[in-house]
Amino acid sequence: MNYINYIIPLWISDNSYCTLKLLEKILSKKNDRKLDGDKIFKMGATLAGCFVLIVIVLLVFQLITQSYPIWEEEGLSFIIGTDWNAADGRESFGALPYIVGTLVTSALAMAIGVPLSIGIAMFISDAPKKIGAPLGFLVELLAAVPSIIYGLWGLYVFRGFFMNIIEKPLYNTFGDSIWLFSGTPFGLDIFTASIILAIMIIPTVSSVAREVMKAVPQQQKEAAYMLGATKWEMFKLAIFPYSKTGLIGASILGLGRAVGETMAVTMLIGNATGLNAIPESLFDPSQTMSSIIANEFVEASPAGLHLPALIAVALILLGIAMVINIIAHLLVTRMLKVKEGAVNS
Amino acid sequence: MITSETYSKSQISSDPFENDSEKYKMIAENVTISYGGVPAVKDVSMKFKEKSVTALIGPSGCGKTTFLRCLNRMHDMTKNAKVEGKVMIDGIDLYSKEIDPIYHRRKVGMVFQKPNPFPTMSIFDNVTAGLRLNGVRDKRILNEIVEDTLKMAYLWDEVKNDLKKPAVELSGGQQQRLCIARALAIQPEVLLMDEPASALDPIATQKIEETINELKKEFTIIIVTHNMQQAVRVSDYTGFMYLGDLIEFRKTKKLFTDPKNDLTAKYVQGQFG
Amino acid sequence: MNNIEKRQEYRALFKQNVQKRLIVDKIVRIIIISCVIAAIIPLGSILLEVFKNGIAAISMEFITQVPGSVGSGTGGVGPAIQGTLIVVGLASLMGVPIGVLSGIFLSEFGDNRLARSVRFFNDVFMEFPSIVLGIFAFLVIVLVLGHFSVWAGAFALALIMFPIIARTTEESLKMVPVTYREAGMALGLRKWVVTMRIVIAAAKEGMVTGIMLSVARIGGETAPLIMTILGSSLFFANMNTPMDALPLRIWRLSMLPYESAQLQGWGAALVLIFIILGINLGLRTLVLHKKETMEILKTLKEKIGGRK
Repeated sequence: MNYINYIIPLWISDNSYCTLKLLEKILSKKNDRKLDGDKIFKMGATLAGCFVLIVIVLLVFQLITQSYPIWEEEGLSFIIGTDWNAADGRESFGALPYIVGTLVTSALAMAIGVPLSIGIAMFISDAPKKIGAPLGFLVELLAAVPSIIYGLWGLYVFRGFFMNIIEKPLYNTFGDSIWLFSGTPFGLDIFTASIILAIMIIPTVSSVAREVMKAVPQQQKEAAYMLGATKWEMFKLAIFPYSKTGLIGASILGLGRAVGETMAVTMLIGNATGLNAIPESLFDPSQTMSSIIANEFVEASPAGLHLPALIAVALILLGIAMVINIIAHLLVTRMLKVKEGAVNS
Repeated sequence: MITSETYSKSQISSDPFENDSEKYKMIAENVTISYGGVPAVKDVSMKFKEKSVTALIGPSGCGKTTFLRCLNRMHDMTKNAKVEGKVMIDGIDLYSKEIDPIYHRRKVGMVFQKPNPFPTMSIFDNVTAGLRLNGVRDKRILNEIVEDTLKMAYLWDEVKNDLKKPAVELSGGQQQRLCIARALAIQPEVLLMDEPASALDPIATQKIEETINELKKEFTIIIVTHNMQQAVRVSDYTGFMYLGDLIEFRKTKKLFTDPKNDLTAKYVQGQFG
Repeated sequence: MNNIEKRQEYRALFKQNVQKRLIVDKIVRIIIISCVIAAIIPLGSILLEVFKNGIAAISMEFITQVPGSVGSGTGGVGPAIQGTLIVVGLASLMGVPIGVLSGIFLSEFGDNRLARSVRFFNDVFMEFPSIVLGIFAFLVIVLVLGHFSVWAGAFALALIMFPIIARTTEESLKMVPVTYREAGMALGLRKWVVTMRIVIAAAKEGMVTGIMLSVARIGGETAPLIMTILGSSLFFANMNTPMDALPLRIWRLSMLPYESAQLQGWGAALVLIFIILGINLGLRTLVLHKKETMEILKTLKEKIGGRK
């Protein structure tokens, strides 16, 4: 089975031209006649197109085989277990805290980021071009900023501000009464990480939401205005019901991004391990699936169970991300199809 | 090809009302509408009598739809459209800065060229959408109005058993009649119709014309059509527009039997269009 | 039916609520504008802080030298800049041909079941967490070779890059009018000649835009580099040793407890953001007036971003 591991990098580094030549040779020998350029061209293009399918299959296959030892050792308790100990002889791994950490931060990020994004999309889709276009551009610049810089900014600028202005007052007022605010505010916790995540999903969600809203036909808006609707009522009557599917898809796409996001979260979430990583309040440190990988992967020894455990975490992460994204893509495409087929056909 | 140079403004007659004691629901005075500086409707003045049907005819691109839309301030949403002049409804200027158009739109219902029901809503919700905006929530009243308006739009018998069905599942003609019902439900006083039958088959067209004939007993109706027979069948007054100008505006019978203007004569005889 | 009286009755039931509704409308508008402001503030703050703090660290020494001893605040990020250029360049060498060919497949031979599933999984693959792609590169290259390798880093980045290029290439090619293709065919040219010579020439601009945006995107990637090129304090030696990259350097610096390291982190961030936003902004001003390119950009924006 190991030969695959050798062939893939070779194949890729030699890029598709060589593959083409090779193919030509093999096939021309077999058929004993010269292949014409068109056939080679089509074949090359098809191969390159199939590359993504091959990579996905290989990727999943690799993750499964390489994480096999931990499944063998821990079985289902890897998913529901909470201990995380890499010390020799006492090795024991459970991924539940990180699954919980990922889900909690992503959910919080969605709760904050999605309404903001939809507000922005509403504004831009409705604003005159002179204001809308530059604004859309600015929001999309948020997407161009690398994750590591969000992390840096979060760590040195946002954390201090947020801890003093938001977290401490919340703790002082509600700390005793509401469990949500009961932890000691330190700035490196799920609350801070979620807010940074929320900022990071804004460009994704808002640009898809904007496109989806723009896909609502003008006649729908006119129908609402004709009934005497205000702008807000027009959104409620004409735009939201029409683009609901697409908006949900946009949000789920944002969720997919939030789940896979690594660096900024790693720098801000406080990096607890094991049972400590299950947050009990907004001000508790935690750990997500991607951050535990970023933090521990390099130190993990391939000989023991630590590396397989991290690969298994990656497998779970991939599974969750894939399901989320497939749903999102199906919803957005369906919405854009509805647009073509609805009302006036 | 007839260009705007071939007729002079002096030929244009725009008052079919001999004595001015009539009661007018709407009055448009010197309305000019331009898109990005290019005028689409030039200096049009018209009066619309209460409980009458006025038809606007003319070849495509003559500005009749553009003019109709300005009677409901629908140009507010079109970027770079500019409306000059005055539109009065019950003596109040529609374009005055102090009053939000929402106040007027309650009085004016509009039916568009293509049926545009809210596709995800049920038939019932479509009809009551405007009512709910106006704070009418009493289930009994809503039911009553839905039945009433659907009957007026000649749709009741076809849909009375499945009012909960989504509006998209109706046929094109049914959707258009649903749109009429939706416009009627807000109890308007004026009904604007933009080629309401252009996308429909003859049977549906006939039903809609019947509806119009019934509705004119209570409403002031202004209808844009490119179909001259339809104008003859449904309207009391007819305005003929050409290249943004109102060429002739008279009683329908007179306009079709005895046009004063050469251009109108050529158009009603079908020589161009 | 005589409805006139009924009608008056109904009208009387209407609430005189327009004033109230207009106020609600105003409130909603204020909320929406605050949403916009809430998104712009972080962006402004990030750019401002990076510039303000970073500019103090920038010097000739900082850009060209290897890092000094930990916490000393001396030395620079020379190896990191070099490493980023090498790994991104190598990734492009792998990712661009596959991406372009794959885009050609989707656009020119894209009307069948295989192509539809390729398109779908291409879109889904684009959203894979990048750290998982890093692990994949680690498993198939680092683990097999037995040492950290520049190839692995470049391979991981190429995996992030090629689906983006595939989709932009597809969109750009689809915008070339059919008449171009027909004209080529009418001249008796073969399809591959038509595609490579005529269609690609016509779509060049959009394709280059897509490639550059994907370059900007992988330039900021950190997670997949952790387990492939690891990071180093030395200049590039050979393909089979660890190498540094700007995002990795920023991460390492940010974890150090020294004020001077923090400053250097900001400096490195400034260099990185300069490169990435430079590519982004430069492209946009170059192509801003080309309508078809803007269309492609629009599709792109939906597809990339977020995950770094």
